[in-house]
Amino acid sequence: MRFAFDDDQLVFAEALREVLSKECGPDVVRQAWGGESSADLWRQLSDMGVVGLLAPEGVGGLGLTEIDLVLLLVEAGRAAAPVPLSDVAAVAIPAIRDHGQTDDAESLLGDMCSGARRVAVGLALDGGIVEGAVGAAAYLLEADDGLHLVDPDVVSLEPVTSVDGARHLSRVTWTPSDATRLSNAVVGARQAADRSALAVAAELCGLSHTMLGMTVGYVSERKQFGVPVGSYQALKHRLADALLALEMAQPLVWRAAATLSTGDADASVHVSMAKAEASVAAGIVSHAALQCHGAIGYTVEYDLHLFLKRAWALQRRAGDAAHHRRRVQRAILG
Amino acid sequence: MDLTWSATEQAFRGEVRAWLEANVPSPPLPSGDTAGGFALHLDWERALHARGYSAVSWPTEFGGRGASLWEWLIFEEEYYRAGAPQRVTQNGIFLLAPTIFEYGTKAQQEWYLPRMSAAEDLWCQGWSEPNAGSDLAAITSRAARDESAGGWRLTGQKTWTTRGAFCTHLFGLFRTDPSAERHRGLTYFLVPLDAPGVTVRGFGRLDGDEGFAEVFLDDVFVPDGDADPAAGGTLGVIDQGWGVAMATTTSERGLVLRSPGRFQATAERLIDLYRSSGTDDPVLADALTRAWIGAEAYALYTLGDVTQITEGNSPGARSSLNKLCWSELDIELHRVALDVLGPEAEVDGAWNRGWQFALSGPIYAGTNEIQRNIVAERVLGLPRVGR
Repeated sequence: MRFAFDDDQLVFAEALREVLSKECGPDVVRQAWGGESSADLWRQLSDMGVVGLLAPEGVGGLGLTEIDLVLLLVEAGRAAAPVPLSDVAAVAIPAIRDHGQTDDAESLLGDMCSGARRVAVGLALDGGIVEGAVGAAAYLLEADDGLHLVDPDVVSLEPVTSVDGARHLSRVTWTPSDATRLSNAVVGARQAADRSALAVAAELCGLSHTMLGMTVGYVSERKQFGVPVGSYQALKHRLADALLALEMAQPLVWRAAATLSTGDADASVHVSMAKAEASVAAGIVSHAALQCHGAIGYTVEYDLHLFLKRAWALQRRAGDAAHHRRRVQRAILG
Repeated sequence: MDLTWSATEQAFRGEVRAWLEANVPSPPLPSGDTAGGFALHLDWERALHARGYSAVSWPTEFGGRGASLWEWLIFEEEYYRAGAPQRVTQNGIFLLAPTIFEYGTKAQQEWYLPRMSAAEDLWCQGWSEPNAGSDLAAITSRAARDESAGGWRLTGQKTWTTRGAFCTHLFGLFRTDPSAERHRGLTYFLVPLDAPGVTVRGFGRLDGDEGFAEVFLDDVFVPDGDADPAAGGTLGVIDQGWGVAMATTTSERGLVLRSPGRFQATAERLIDLYRSSGTDDPVLADALTRAWIGAEAYALYTLGDVTQITEGNSPGARSSLNKLCWSELDIELHRVALDVLGPEAEVDGAWNRGWQFALSGPIYAGTNEIQRNIVAERVLGLPRVGR
């Protein structure tokens, strides 16, 4: 028994955190709000091996598993990186790796690892709302009969505005056909839903860390009545509760990553526990962060809203807390 | 990351499970927080000791079986899974003993620990006083130097002392330097409750059991250090008792007192209750699921904690997160159970008793308000001024 990450995993996460702190500050997130693509950032993530981490080494990936990826997604969340990393690295690549039956699949995987081509992901739980659909080379879409890998010429995109302006969303409509259906498409859809929920849960943990850290920093400096507002118990207790929620969600996320990696029979239930609690924690942390900041947090000049809005967007992505608790409930109560 | 148990650990689990299945009293013992119940619990404690199970993680020379921290977790899981009795010895074995291991002399360890694991000496905790609860440093019970007799004379009052009316010994803080204030000038004492000048008065807790006591000390003599352990003594350095006590409170807040197995077992019993109730209320089912996930989260959090401890990293102030988690989880599990029971919840029974006990969790071992202050100031780093 050892419930901790190994040194390689921690070092990789630390390296990514350093890169993102330089290359993906709030200014970069704001550029994405302005409609700019984050192509440079995507290239860097590809070059580091983050994007292709789950792809086989033969196509330019690292051949690793979810337990190696999960901390990197936390880092992406911490920076509110304006890129569809979870969709591509955690969902599309392993789906095509496992169920892509064509020769094209291998070249597509290679191009995804290098960053040359990107696949956008639309799973059923997300209601046809897809991030990064414009400019995608292909679409991994879920229909009633499972996962399909679809070319751009058969989808139609209707741009929609996210509460988080750094997420470039479209409503995707298309007509499934046997030609686009992946092998083991139903199994693939189930796996994709689990991987997506795990990845989003990890991003939410990272976002929560940032929101909590910003808030602790702000309330330690901001003075009212002659003292830092963070010295008041009302704020201390609210932030202690926020930390507690985050600290108790994280181990569920780590366990889900571990059991998805090893193909444990209970992995799906573990994922649902993780996503449910990460969503709840992000809700608690984001509201505490806003309230403890006071009026400054309710502005667009201050950076907090970049993280709040990402958290709001992701809380209900890949299944909200109620959805995932129902899955857990079925497992424990039958 | 490795979420599997070794063959040795699995074998240990099997051994513990088999022994508990054969030996756990049925029907369950009456509450150990009553005079009659306490005596029956001592028989159980001595049976545990005979098997080396009263303090599994201690070295064998002190009555344990040298189990690792992982094996201790396994033992606890099995113990609560089997519905085994409450541990009336817990305040000695889980709270005082870690402090004796850290601060006790060899003579103290050799005298107190075997007697503790054998349930011969039964320890209660003497922290709180009528005017010192959350503010432990406000204690006024004092110890005056008696140079000629080679010891100290203790005077004062301790209160809300769990099982104080049934125990044989008390550990607690007394002021040895009357000129020092707050947490300075305190010393950690070990006091036999049959010493002349000690008066103990039991009183009822919220749940009706005589689980509390007041302990009055009137010029009670306690010898120096380990000069005569049978007559009590001092633990650690004179006037430095605050630091010694913090070792105990860290144990109390952290996983040593409340291992996750207890709450996972409660969660399992809650599922059984829900199933047998015949209800299919979706609101109750969701509340149950949330509580069950909470028990899972606490178990996993503990696995992380134990990993860190075995690799030499102390949880420190983070143990307050742990205490917040288990105490509120316990209330939630019982609240859901009472809701499942509906009108039956009013009738005296295990869940009702458990609910009343769970409500003490956010109060004892440092109220949860104090724990939130600790988390905010020492984990998050918020400013200490104000409040």
